Amino acid sequence: MMKPQSEAELAEVVAGANGPLRIVGGGTRDVGRPVEGEELSTSGLSGVTLYEPGALTLVVRAGTPLGEVEAVLAGEGQRLAFEPMDHRGLLGTSGEPTIGGAVAANVSGPRRVQAGACRDFLLGVRFVDGAGRVVANGGRVMKNVTGYDLVKLMAGSWGSLGVLSELSFKVLAIPQAEATLVGRGLDPEAGVKALSVALGSPFDVSGAAHLCGGAARTQVRIEGLEASVAYRRDRLKELLPGFEAVEGADSAALWAEVRDVAPFAGQAGAVWKVSVRPSDAPGMCKALAEGGLAHQAILDWGGGLVWLLVPETGDGGAAAVRGQVAALGGHATLVRGSAALRNTVPVFQPEVPALAALSRGLRAKFDPRGILNPGLTG
Amino acid sequence: MQMPEPNTAILARKDRVVARLRDVLPGGAVISDPAETRAYECDALTAYRCAPMVAVLPGSTAEVSAVLKICHEEGVPVVPRGAGTSLAGGSLPTADCVVLGVSRMTQVLETNYADRYIRLQTGRTNLSVSGAVAEADFFYAPDPSSQLACAISGNIAMNSGGAHCLKYGVTTNNLMGVTLVLMDGTVVEIGGAHLDAGGLDLLGVICGSEGQLGVVTEATLRILRKPEGARPVLIGFDASETAGHCVSDIIRSGILPVAIEFMDRPCIEACEAFAHAGYPMCEALLIVEVEGSEAEIADQLDRIIAIARTHDPVALREAGDADEAARIWLGRKSAFGAMGQINDYMCLDGTIPVSSLPEVLRRIGELSEEYGLGVANVFHAGDGNMHPLILYNANTPGQLELCEALGAEILKLCVEVGGCLTGEHGVGVEKRDLMLHQYRPVDLEAQMAVKDVFDPEWLLNPAKVFPLTSSEARRMAAE
Ligand SMILES: Cc1cc2nc3c(=O)[nH]c(=O)nc-3n(C[C@H](O)[C@H](O)[C@H](O)COP(=O)(O)OP(=O)(O)OC[C@H]3O[C@@H](n4cnc5c(N)ncnc54)[C@H](O)[C@@H]3O)c2cc1C
Ligand SMILES: Cc1cc2nc3c(=O)[nH]c(=O)nc-3n(C[C@H](O)[C@H](O)[C@H](O)COP(=O)(O)OP(=O)(O)OC[C@H]3O[C@@H](n4cnc5c(N)ncnc54)[C@H](O)[C@@H]3O)c2cc1C
Repeated sequence: MMKPQSEAELAEVVAGANGPLRIVGGGTRDVGRPVEGEELSTSGLSGVTLYEPGALTLVVRAGTPLGEVEAVLAGEGQRLAFEPMDHRGLLGTSGEPTIGGAVAANVSGPRRVQAGACRDFLLGVRFVDGAGRVVANGGRVMKNVTGYDLVKLMAGSWGSLGVLSELSFKVLAIPQAEATLVGRGLDPEAGVKALSVALGSPFDVSGAAHLCGGAARTQVRIEGLEASVAYRRDRLKELLPGFEAVEGADSAALWAEVRDVAPFAGQAGAVWKVSVRPSDAPGMCKALAEGGLAHQAILDWGGGLVWLLVPETGDGGAAAVRGQVAALGGHATLVRGSAALRNTVPVFQPEVPALAALSRGLRAKFDPRGILNPGLTG
Repeated sequence: MQMPEPNTAILARKDRVVARLRDVLPGGAVISDPAETRAYECDALTAYRCAPMVAVLPGSTAEVSAVLKICHEEGVPVVPRGAGTSLAGGSLPTADCVVLGVSRMTQVLETNYADRYIRLQTGRTNLSVSGAVAEADFFYAPDPSSQLACAISGNIAMNSGGAHCLKYGVTTNNLMGVTLVLMDGTVVEIGGAHLDAGGLDLLGVICGSEGQLGVVTEATLRILRKPEGARPVLIGFDASETAGHCVSDIIRSGILPVAIEFMDRPCIEACEAFAHAGYPMCEALLIVEVEGSEAEIADQLDRIIAIARTHDPVALREAGDADEAARIWLGRKSAFGAMGQINDYMCLDGTIPVSSLPEVLRRIGELSEEYGLGVANVFHAGDGNMHPLILYNANTPGQLELCEALGAEILKLCVEVGGCLTGEHGVGVEKRDLMLHQYRPVDLEAQMAVKDVFDPEWLLNPAKVFPLTSSEARRMAAE
């Protein structure tokens, strides 16, 4: 295992590598096609380099544990608004998730639907590309259109374009209050309809999820100043007959469960993450069931993000799920599955040829020797 | 401004190129008469002009694809154009190019309120997108001041933002998908009505790429439900630095206004003389706008006013009703026009960390004295996007050059304090040669590598974004 202690050392290590590298932050996930390669740990690149609460900006080294980042921010009443998931439960892994891993996977939680994704809060990156060059893009200000936006490109690139060394973020204040309206026993269609009503209201909803199944639960979150939350809670109650309000820590617990896909954590099976048009989600689940794929579903992002738990037999539901996505548009990722399964079905959504050619072209430019997490993304 | 010499071999092929373009486009969509191509000789940065060889106005993605295919085969550079309101020379033609304007492509293709998106052709103007969904009380959030005129295509290419992006983000945060035509005519769909990319975030790179990676013909945009109401408060201070501190304190407090606008004395005076908005005469003004129900607005404004009071404001005016709110915004909204009435000016666009605001304002004041040119400041303070206006006299020989030199100093200052050269107008030709102040050659190399992949022959929107010396070898190789 290699564990550089500085960006310069990281650059040397990558430049001097003579074979594939498996990049590891906290190693809390084991997703993507399993990578054969020497382990390159980013955990030596740790610590906050700059934090200006009054400018809402944080600059941090990529190997910094997410927990540490969150603690530093909480000390000033702030947070990462994109609500990154802790997926140790779901994947049964241990270790400390890093901020670099969250960015490399563009990890965005339930607030995605209102606040945006991890990539939307990422203001700047420094990374070492596959040739060992240190590259900077973006900066630490919220508006920046100086040249091409490689910041977005790096978010969600799964370490296939470069090893992130330093990241800057826009952070936001932790709101004074939060509340969640909870409806019970709705079918997915009615659930998503309720979520759409809430998201189509002027009440600034910051989370909208539906957990399917026997104890179906539909939940809508609002956050902000106390008086404002109380007002919007009451208005939303009028829009969502039968929904009950849950406040404070109880509300937060409901969202941690959705964020971490907790209902699937202890259960066996493969887990898919599917992104579709919200109103298509119930129909998709129905079609999957009718097509013979037994599953459990959690619909986040107003229905736009569908987590599916399916039996890990055969292709782990790949043909059925991808067939649906082909018909509806969107994409599906196999987030949990045995190494054998992940070696046989594409983990990430296969791209159409013209897009695949562009992605291949970019990877060839940034990692000419093909040594960064080779094969991971399919 | 140095632009590459027109390629005489291309100019010699003009007749053939025009004939081929006429084969694939309806009559009237190919403009080749030099008297008519003049209409496309510049964008809103009118200091630089050059009529293109040909201009085309296709009406569909298929026609755009056909045009690009021909230009690709003929080796003709293409300059994509929306409404031509770029302030950075982003759509400045070269004499040997085809300007590809999307102004005829204005259809709304789909509106979906349940899933909160709209799909349209990109020639549509920014303001008319909100107009198209207003009946359902929805709106499209990014609101550049040019929104009445500028097209979504230009917004995507420049990643435009406006006064309200403190809360709602800029174009890239509200763009879900595009139909992109590559230089060789290949049509690709990137993203769509669902959130986030499946593979690499190509959409994120297209947004802000200044028309150099492909032509965007259709877009899927997020639309949002209008808030119940919005109201501004106007706060005056006797020093710009104090206003800067107040901005930081408001942001720190956890309130997220939708806009925080800043004006300094020269700007206040000019706006007042022009718009008669009843502004107090002081060193600096903030306009802070919040949204929500009446009660929520009142609560937030109370908090903001309490913070402002700790900075001894010399004026404080809360809008009681829609009329008063409109008057508070009136002066700000007419700022650019007002300045234009009293002086020639150059509008800069740099971004700084909000915490450096007091220091940057002080140093701009010093530079202004040193150069002997007045500088008025009006900007989006909440996100540190500054628009210093340098006042000069265009008729006095040497003043334009002096003005450019001061502009460059101010932008370098922005970079020095941790900011950047442009927050919303883009690099274009205007800031091309300053890029090496913000980025090292290796950083630009990485950006140019992206261009190599999307447009290997470097035919799209030539000589923009990168210093000519940096891109020279690539452009030569491609010829
Ligand atoms: C397919 C998938 C989908 C997910 N979706 C979501 C989601 O929607 N919402 C959510 O909240 N969470 C999601 N997660 C969880 C998320 O991946 C983890 O929270 C995060 O990756 C944990 O960080 P880590 O340091 O443990 O990562 P690791 O397990 O160490 O690494 C994660 C990935 O990033 C790469 N990587 C790590 N550090 C760097 C670096 N510095 N530079 C370059 N590459 C690096 C690794 O090679 C690896 O591919 C998802 C995970 C997977 C696998
Ligand atoms: C008075 C005034 C106020 C302004 N205020 C703001 C402001 O508040 N915020 C802000 O961000 N900007 C502002 N601008 C700048 C300008 O309006 C924006 O940059 C706008 O997005 C440009 O849009 P356009 O359609 O006019 O583009 P153009 O000027 O036509 O083109 C701009 C760039 O987009 C490219 N392009 C155009 N169409 C396409 C396409 N179909 N595919 C690919 N590339 C394409 C061009 O090649 C060029 O690089 C202002 C300009 C003016 C004149």
